[in-house]
Amino acid sequence: MNTFHGGIHPDGHKTATASKPICDLKPPTELVFPVSQHIGAPAKPCVKVGDRVLMGQKIAEAGGFVSANIHSSVSGTVKAIENRLHPNGVSMECIIIENDGLDEKAPPLENSGGDYTKKTPAEIIDIVREAGIVGMGGATFPTHVKLSVPKEAKIDHIIINGAECEPYLTSDHRAMLETTDDIIGGILILMHIFGLNDGYIGIEDNKPDAIAHMSEAAKKVSDKNIHIVPLKTKYPQGAEKQLIFAVTGRKMAPGTLPWQSGCIVNNIDTCASIFRAVANGEPVIRRIVTLSGDAIASPSNLRVRLGSSFSYLIEESGGFSQDTAKILMGGPMMGMAVPNTSVPVIKGTSGIVALGAESSKFEQESACIRCAKCVYACPMNLQPNLLDMAARRDDMCTLEKLYINDCIECGSCAFVCPSKRRQVQQIKTAKAKLRDLAKAAKA
Amino acid sequence: MNDKLIVSHSPHTAGNESISRIMLDVIIALVPALIAGCIIFGMRALIVTLTCVLSCTISEYIWCRLLKKPNSTHDLSAVVTGMLLAFNVPASLPLWMAVIGSVFAIIVVKQFFGGIGHNFANPALAARAFLLASWALAMTTWYTPGTLLPLFGSPDAVSSATPLAAYASGNTNYSYLTLFLGNHGGCIGETSSLALLIGGAYLLIRKVIRLRVPLIYIATVALGTWMFAGHNGFGSGDWLYQILSGGLMLGAIFMATDYTTTPTTPNGQIVFALGCGIITVLIRVWGGYPEGVSYSILLMNIATPLIEKLTAPKRFGYVKPKKEASAQ
Repeated sequence: MNTFHGGIHPDGHKTATASKPICDLKPPTELVFPVSQHIGAPAKPCVKVGDRVLMGQKIAEAGGFVSANIHSSVSGTVKAIENRLHPNGVSMECIIIENDGLDEKAPPLENSGGDYTKKTPAEIIDIVREAGIVGMGGATFPTHVKLSVPKEAKIDHIIINGAECEPYLTSDHRAMLETTDDIIGGILILMHIFGLNDGYIGIEDNKPDAIAHMSEAAKKVSDKNIHIVPLKTKYPQGAEKQLIFAVTGRKMAPGTLPWQSGCIVNNIDTCASIFRAVANGEPVIRRIVTLSGDAIASPSNLRVRLGSSFSYLIEESGGFSQDTAKILMGGPMMGMAVPNTSVPVIKGTSGIVALGAESSKFEQESACIRCAKCVYACPMNLQPNLLDMAARRDDMCTLEKLYINDCIECGSCAFVCPSKRRQVQQIKTAKAKLRDLAKAAKA
Repeated sequence: MNDKLIVSHSPHTAGNESISRIMLDVIIALVPALIAGCIIFGMRALIVTLTCVLSCTISEYIWCRLLKKPNSTHDLSAVVTGMLLAFNVPASLPLWMAVIGSVFAIIVVKQFFGGIGHNFANPALAARAFLLASWALAMTTWYTPGTLLPLFGSPDAVSSATPLAAYASGNTNYSYLTLFLGNHGGCIGETSSLALLIGGAYLLIRKVIRLRVPLIYIATVALGTWMFAGHNGFGSGDWLYQILSGGLMLGAIFMATDYTTTPTTPNGQIVFALGCGIITVLIRVWGGYPEGVSYSILLMNIATPLIEKLTAPKRFGYVKPKKEASAQ
């Protein structure tokens, strides 16, 4: 079975939602669109307060090359453009739209539809850019940037990431079962962009139904080869470098990007979004969200409009089952804790996990006993124990020698630590300090 | 729901490992050897062990009180130190010496350097070395199994040679079975290879230790003693006799795998185990002292920071600098 070195085996917690079909949720009356839902420059609002907007209409324009457009997920009126809370806890400019309930559609994206094989790669990438597609797994890196590889790049592997190694999350799992054709269509488009006959979909073996279902769908494609690659169920199997290694056996050199190893990696829902944009002219206005956690009364997989608030999703699906102590956007390994439930679903919201007091217990840190479990678990082969200690004493020189910037912040070290140390938090803080120092040195 | 949510950094979930659970596992793994010790040396073995465990725990508690630090005895590491120290002394050791050894292990070796995770040498082994240097006779008086030792007073009985001392003088009339079961003179917890192996298997199953250190250590001693420890020249050594005797099993399974005082890097652990094996052979074959396990581990403890520095794992995707230069 293909996999990588290191990693951990957290409890999956996926049974609560793995067999629940995706349920369409009606949009609420008010939708909130933060201008930054992606990595890169924030988008710039291109509507004014009072404007009537249509479902799928662009409301904010990408603020640079590494940025993404934002579209309204409903038809209605722009009620305000003001600062609201982003899931990451920062108050940020948001476009607030009042839903008129008509779902009046904007015209499809320019140049979309028809036979994609007649389009040039540049034309397709242009549609992807226009559609505002970003990495929907949670990283939210703009997809058109990923696809715009330098001329010297020799791409020979298109890899679709169906690992979904985060506990609780099942949105990609359900997408593979229920939006199979979109995913196959998406990978064919990606293969067409790079002139390839082979594409790869990596799926963890805790989803045998998805593996079987995708394999069957892949067999129906007669002129191209889509390979379904079962992967060992191990966290972080879906991390880009670990996935590329598991599928191709290539180790990305430190500081390089996937294209330098001949690979393009996209998440399942990203891949389906590419198909929907190119074939149907739909921008990103919906996404599949797994609603789970021990504080959720009835866990489910929902297809929701972007901009819906967390509280709306939770109320509509049955509310809380107990006092909630912590709510996460994304899974418990790499997801972020949100400040309150008024925050909206954004492009990277793969899941909402609400945890009760017992499972959000904050354990006291104790001294490192040098058990080396973090060293064994680190998928990047770093020494988290030493990084943690160097970060606590602000020893920047040592941190660089320990390759702090190779850390992917997957949290495997903190998960296995018997002393309950918070290595990732220390490493992340130290990374920020290093960036500030580098900036100061330049200035 | 609560108005206030917890906002903390990821990860938001953790495994159920804890220091006290790991220490409890080590204690459980040491129980077979303790039972064997009690069977072989009588209940005095239990009294010595309890003395060490209590003195270690009380020392730690008093230290924490004196320094106004949170009480750390509940992590059970002092219990492990006490058991390991007791396993490294003869059952006949006067109890007051056991108390002094325990205080030395916890206060001087462990707490003076910062407590759990910060000591550079194994507390139990350092205390054993301290006792050996201070009361050499009491530490090397071995009683024949079956001798009735008084439970609390000072014993007065005839001593016998350990298998390793016997081997050194050319006398190997212990059968492998006797050695394996441990029915011979020696320290409380070191004689029964069988009991120690059971404990080692438990630690492996619970993933507290990894196989590489005990395996490489024992294999190195086996090879070294086979080559050099024979009385009839190269390759005539009785390696099986050697690995079943002395403190090797105890050292390889429980001491050379100690977290704090051994390298955290996988390659470093291999170097550490090899070093322990080589020094043990050097002491056993050419040293003036039949047993070399505790000193070999202590010496390698001192080398641990250096080994760790030189054996840092290669980061994921590492390419040799030469290749990089030619690619550019």
